[in-house]
Amino acid sequence: MGLFDRLKQRLGKTRSAIGDGLSALFRGGRPMDEQLLDELEEMLYGSDLGPLATDLVDDLKRRFKRGELKTEDDLRATLRERLVGELGEAGEITLTAKPHVVLVVGVNGSGKTTTIAKLARRFREQGHSVLIGACDTFRAAAADQLEVWAERTGAAIVRKTEGADPAAVAFDTVDRAARENFDVVLVDTAGRLHTQTNLMAELEKIRRVIAKRLDGAPHSVLLVLDGTNGQNAIAQAKLFTASVEVTGLAVTKLDGTARGGAVFAIRREIGLPVQYIGTGERAELLEAFEPGAFADAILSSAGSSETAR
Amino acid sequence: MLDGLTAKLGGALGLFKGQRELTDANIEEGLAAVRQALLEADVHFKVARDFVESVRTRALGAGRIQDKSVSASDQFVHAVHRELVELMGPEDAKLVFASNGPTVILMAGLQGAGKTTTCAKLAKHLVTKLGKRPLLVAADIKRPAAVEQLRVLGRQLDLPVYHEDGLEPPVLCERGLKEAIRTGRDVVILDTAGRLHVDDELMEELAAIAKRTKPHNQVLVVDAMTGQDAVRSAESFHRKLALTGVVLTKLDGDARGGAALSLKAVTGRPILFAGVGEKIDDLDAFSAERMAGRILGMGDVVGLVETAQAKIDEGEAQAQFEKMVMGTFTIEDMLAQLRMIQNLGPMKKVLGMMPGMGDALKNVDMDDKHIKRIEALCTSMTVKERLQPDLLDMSRRRRIARGAGQDVADVNALLKSYKGMKQMMKQMNKMGLGAAMGGKAKRQALAGMSPTGELSGDFGGPGLMGRLGGAAKGLGGAAKGLGSLVGLGGGGGLPEGFDPSMLGGGGGAGGSGGARRPQPARDKSKEKAKRKQKQKNRKKR
Ligand SMILES: Nc1nc2c(ncn2[C@@H]2O[C@H](COP(=O)(O)OP(=O)(O)OP(=O)(O)O)[C@@H](O)[C@H]2O)c(=O)[nH]1
Ligand SMILES: Nc1nc2c(ncn2[C@@H]2O[C@H](COP(=O)(O)OP(=O)(O)O)[C@@H](O)[C@H]2O)c(=O)[nH]1
Ligand SMILES: [Mg+2]
Ligand SMILES: [Mg+2]
Repeated sequence: MGLFDRLKQRLGKTRSAIGDGLSALFRGGRPMDEQLLDELEEMLYGSDLGPLATDLVDDLKRRFKRGELKTEDDLRATLRERLVGELGEAGEITLTAKPHVVLVVGVNGSGKTTTIAKLARRFREQGHSVLIGACDTFRAAAADQLEVWAERTGAAIVRKTEGADPAAVAFDTVDRAARENFDVVLVDTAGRLHTQTNLMAELEKIRRVIAKRLDGAPHSVLLVLDGTNGQNAIAQAKLFTASVEVTGLAVTKLDGTARGGAVFAIRREIGLPVQYIGTGERAELLEAFEPGAFADAILSSAGSSETAR
Repeated sequence: MLDGLTAKLGGALGLFKGQRELTDANIEEGLAAVRQALLEADVHFKVARDFVESVRTRALGAGRIQDKSVSASDQFVHAVHRELVELMGPEDAKLVFASNGPTVILMAGLQGAGKTTTCAKLAKHLVTKLGKRPLLVAADIKRPAAVEQLRVLGRQLDLPVYHEDGLEPPVLCERGLKEAIRTGRDVVILDTAGRLHVDDELMEELAAIAKRTKPHNQVLVVDAMTGQDAVRSAESFHRKLALTGVVLTKLDGDARGGAALSLKAVTGRPILFAGVGEKIDDLDAFSAERMAGRILGMGDVVGLVETAQAKIDEGEAQAQFEKMVMGTFTIEDMLAQLRMIQNLGPMKKVLGMMPGMGDALKNVDMDDKHIKRIEALCTSMTVKERLQPDLLDMSRRRRIARGAGQDVADVNALLKSYKGMKQMMKQMNKMGLGAAMGGKAKRQALAGMSPTGELSGDFGGPGLMGRLGGAAKGLGGAAKGLGSLVGLGGGGGLPEGFDPSMLGGGGGAGGSGGARRPQPARDKSKEKAKRKQKQKNRKKR
């Protein structure tokens, strides 16, 4: 079952009551006009697209004036094409080395640890051996949380006591993976806000230490974004990329009604591709990102937002 | 983005072009700018739309400012700000306490919002501020090691944590309440699993917990970075639980926090606290005022409003005051500001993005060594010299250089930086931004000095900052102004109680630069040594 189906299933109730967002706009045989497009703009804002919503709709308005847009279907097709175009192609993480080291970073509570569990499960299913590094030595019981996941997914784990130097844990992890010939290394890090310079410096150190132990590592740096976040996700992407050269995104918590529309701006401004989507708390609820399905989810969610107040 | 609204509204070049009257026509552009700012801050689009209409009514309606000496721009900003602050208040909302038996606090929210951490913060607040004896109940049986997480926090706080394996959360919570009664605890804090509002089963579970424990407080914990979805989820939680209040977390970052406005609009419930960091102490009272500035992306709106207010209240007096304050930007002020900016780290970057500020800052070298050297030069000056740099003729400069073991060229460079800074302050004032440094901030700054310009701080602390106490304390106001200007720190300004006199001591104050430091261990048990070690280790972070 794909992302869109899952989302549709999850949102079944809301959806059937209101209908697909775009259809709702055209309800009662309403013809397309500027005002309808203004309402569409607001709906797109509702998916956290931010100022890009205005851009997109301005373009739609131009096309409308030129007579290129007449029906709901025209609008749907054009918008979908634009959205998909913005997202570009992306692929999952492909293993380019052995061990292939993936450094996982993000703000507090975005879903890093859970995403690591999901990735571990995925790589294990593909028959790879996985070693996880528990470099969150700060948050209470963070390593315990990760250890439970390692057990459940059949991955090995390197952990130290709470308060240990995270860079040292990273080093030991990569060191062991290299010596014991693991296929994949997943490095979990403590959540940190991108504005905290000292903690970002700590992350850079982790990266340096990994590179020092293994040439070319980390091979992937995955930024985990909370899909319910709004425009702040853009700042997160910018500063984490500036600090540790992020190579791809995972967007979590899309099993709710949030759509993570900030990724459009992130793709446009920083060029970062979305690689994975998290759709639940269990380890199997990770999807490879598909631009088409993502765009469909945005289109269908537009308008399903209930009234404020 | 940061300077968007400011640039548009502020000064004679702004949208209102120095007009004296707000009209149906000239207000439109202003309202559009406000709407844009709100959307960029993640305020829900419907809430933003309603808000803009309320501002229109306020600005043009019966309650409008009649005084013709107040410019259209000031009237407008005043209306926006008052509307926002009123919507976001009240600020003094409190938790409700049971008249007999333990007070129950239910904490709910989405995954990763910060519930568990906030439970611990709240417990600490209740113990230290109100002398309560809380019991923590670990009712998240979903997330791996969630119980252990709360237990670790409980140990740090020296507070009991109740949990029993194999129980469903509603039963577990009810037993927790009984346990509290049995052991004489007067508050029970229920830490629940994160859940999405579309998860019917888990939402039912929440209702079941509430039914069994009859919480006096049903608190929604919301991440300040939340986008448009805040409205949908808050609505659902409110419908299911009848919330009594909200805690907004992760305000130590740079999120504009528009979710706060959406939450208020949807639930009508007060924001009780602001989470401003990962440590157990990082809980602030909520300030509607600061939040308003933060959401608008112009902390200085507070300053602008104050200026407007001051014009209304004080008229001419304000102008006099401003002039006086501008005259008192001293070398000490500069030093304290350099420290502050250095400590805030990314702030230089942020400030640099503002029109005009980038250039001004370019001339200000802010690395550690440089500041040490400035300090040395400053200590070599007399108080009078520091307050009146114009006195510094060649012979005085030579004496100062000798005293600091540096060259006259260094003294000259210092004076050049000083002039650059002073210029910058002027520029800020011109941009209308100065209001952030003016208004209340400046009044506070002045409060640190006696009218004669003598230092009057009561800082006994050693070192230069001890001596500079008065000025430094005064700059606390300015620091807050700057902090809120860039939307850094707690609730848009720097955390309450932020004291720049600490800066000299190297204390990492301020949300953005603060290291993760452990909670002080105050446990006498045998674990003490172990914890000490942990503490040491964590300090390395
Ligand atoms: N519904 C849903 N919940 C998720 C998803 N991904 C993670 N979560 C939940 O979000 C919460 C936080 O996830 P973690 O993986 O612990 O997040 P983290 O980034 O490691 O958090 P810190 O290490 O504390 O910064 C947990 O309750 C997870 O179960 C998702 O895709 N959907
Ligand atoms: N920077 C910052 N981090 C916070 C704050 N509150 C919680 N956190 C972090 O956010 C993450 C999730 O918090 P947690 O309490 O486990 O959330 P829960 O899943 O809702 O119980 C953890 O890494 C916390 O340390 C805050 O106010 N500021
Ligand atoms: Mg984690
Ligand atoms: Mg929790």
